[in-house]
Amino acid sequence: MVARLTRLFLAPAMLAALLAPSPALPADNDRTLLLGTTTSVDNSGLLGPLLGAFHDETGIEVRTVVRGTGAILQLGRSGDFDVVLVHHPEAEEAFVAGGDGTARHPVMTSRFLIVGPRDDPADVRSAADAADALGRIANGKFDFISRGDESGTNAAERGLWGRAGLSPWTDRTGWYRETGAGMGATLNMASVLSAYTFTESGSWTNFANRGELTILFEGGSHLANPYAIIPINPERHPHVAAQAAKSLVDWLTGPVGQSFIAAFRVDGTPPFAPVR
Amino acid sequence: MDSFVSAFAEAGALLVSFDPDFLSIVGLSLRVSLTAVALACLIGFPLGALVALTRFPGRGVAILLLNTFMGLPPVVVGLIVFLVLSRAGPLGVLGLLFTPTAMIIAQTILVTPIVAALTRQIVADLWVEYGEHLRSLDAGPVTTLATLITDARYSLATVVLAGFGRAIAEVGAVMIVGGNIDHVTRVMTSAIALETSKGNLSTALGLGIVLLFLALTVNAAVQIINTSAGKRAALA
Repeated sequence: MVARLTRLFLAPAMLAALLAPSPALPADNDRTLLLGTTTSVDNSGLLGPLLGAFHDETGIEVRTVVRGTGAILQLGRSGDFDVVLVHHPEAEEAFVAGGDGTARHPVMTSRFLIVGPRDDPADVRSAADAADALGRIANGKFDFISRGDESGTNAAERGLWGRAGLSPWTDRTGWYRETGAGMGATLNMASVLSAYTFTESGSWTNFANRGELTILFEGGSHLANPYAIIPINPERHPHVAAQAAKSLVDWLTGPVGQSFIAAFRVDGTPPFAPVR
Repeated sequence: MDSFVSAFAEAGALLVSFDPDFLSIVGLSLRVSLTAVALACLIGFPLGALVALTRFPGRGVAILLLNTFMGLPPVVVGLIVFLVLSRAGPLGVLGLLFTPTAMIIAQTILVTPIVAALTRQIVADLWVEYGEHLRSLDAGPVTTLATLITDARYSLATVVLAGFGRAIAEVGAVMIVGGNIDHVTRVMTSAIALETSKGNLSTALGLGIVLLFLALTVNAAVQIINTSAGKRAALA
């Protein structure tokens, strides 16, 4: 009876031993790099081939975790990444000024877009600029879906509402809805509701479930979306893979990385432009 | 309707493709969830039996807590484990965040209360049935526990399956503590969430069908073992 009991308890123990992963290896500072980046970069499909090429050339494996820019910078502040690739210049400058990152290195830009239903009831197509486009949506109280997640895209969208002299997220109006989720979830909702939303070319070019949505407004200086890479400060977080992070920064901002970004296409469209 | 049809086509294609990326996702899902369930049983079986068979002050509260924790929201467990394992947290030096180990820890916390609470109920019911008899035989605590648990083994197999169902299906905790890193911490559920966010709805649904198929396989395996063991026991 006791033997049976022992077996009963030993079985899960043996299974656990069999299945348990090897204990976490201390971070190999030369071989793997933990990169925090944004949903917009990830959804574009750029990272897989780009970081694959970097791996082939340097032997460094880059592992990516994807969140909004706000969350990525917060995690970077705790030292949970080695390097971050984000798109909110003001927040990035504060991040570096606060000593959390070593320096901000511009990598590429994409384009912010206003997308919405093909029939365009707010007549966003004939807007003079991006702020005017948003003003037209607000005037007609047409459904607008916002990220509402303090991502870089969300910050840029709020900046444009500010230009239009509006802050629809503070008035509970009903036509302005915040998903509090990533770009994909937000585009899915806009697609189902045939609503307007604010997105950028990286996510949009690779998004498959467009439904009635189409690009209604793009272009102009206020719709440029700059990405920068920032290594986490090794003086504050001694465990970070500073050497490997530097290799990635040099490669991405150097001729090979830049021409890779320039050549990247989704359905014939380049979602990103290199900085040089 | 089209997306349902193409989802089944995608699921079928995935299952026969033996694509190494896909297989590694399936393998990691099974490894993380089965390990978590094994650990949860290791803690939950004795814990549940102990609470069922002993009397101590605050026992009612302990039972209430165990039962309540069966409904722990995965996203809350994920958040707590995340805060503990983050470099800024108390166990940050271990560098476990965004590893499969972190995912196993989170799922073990999710599953243990389910195993413990259900085990407690099963053992308590059996005690009502056999307690008098065991006491009359002057059985010691070890013999008592052994008898009850051995008698309950088929019910406990169902408990294990309930725990496994919880672990393999959750996405909230593994997404937060694992980070959904390709080839490192991406499992079936977080891959489904990712494909949905890309708008690839039929691929996402196809993965969902494969996930159900996996759960079916595990459940069928346990059922077959149970049935054959039951036959052997009847013959013995």
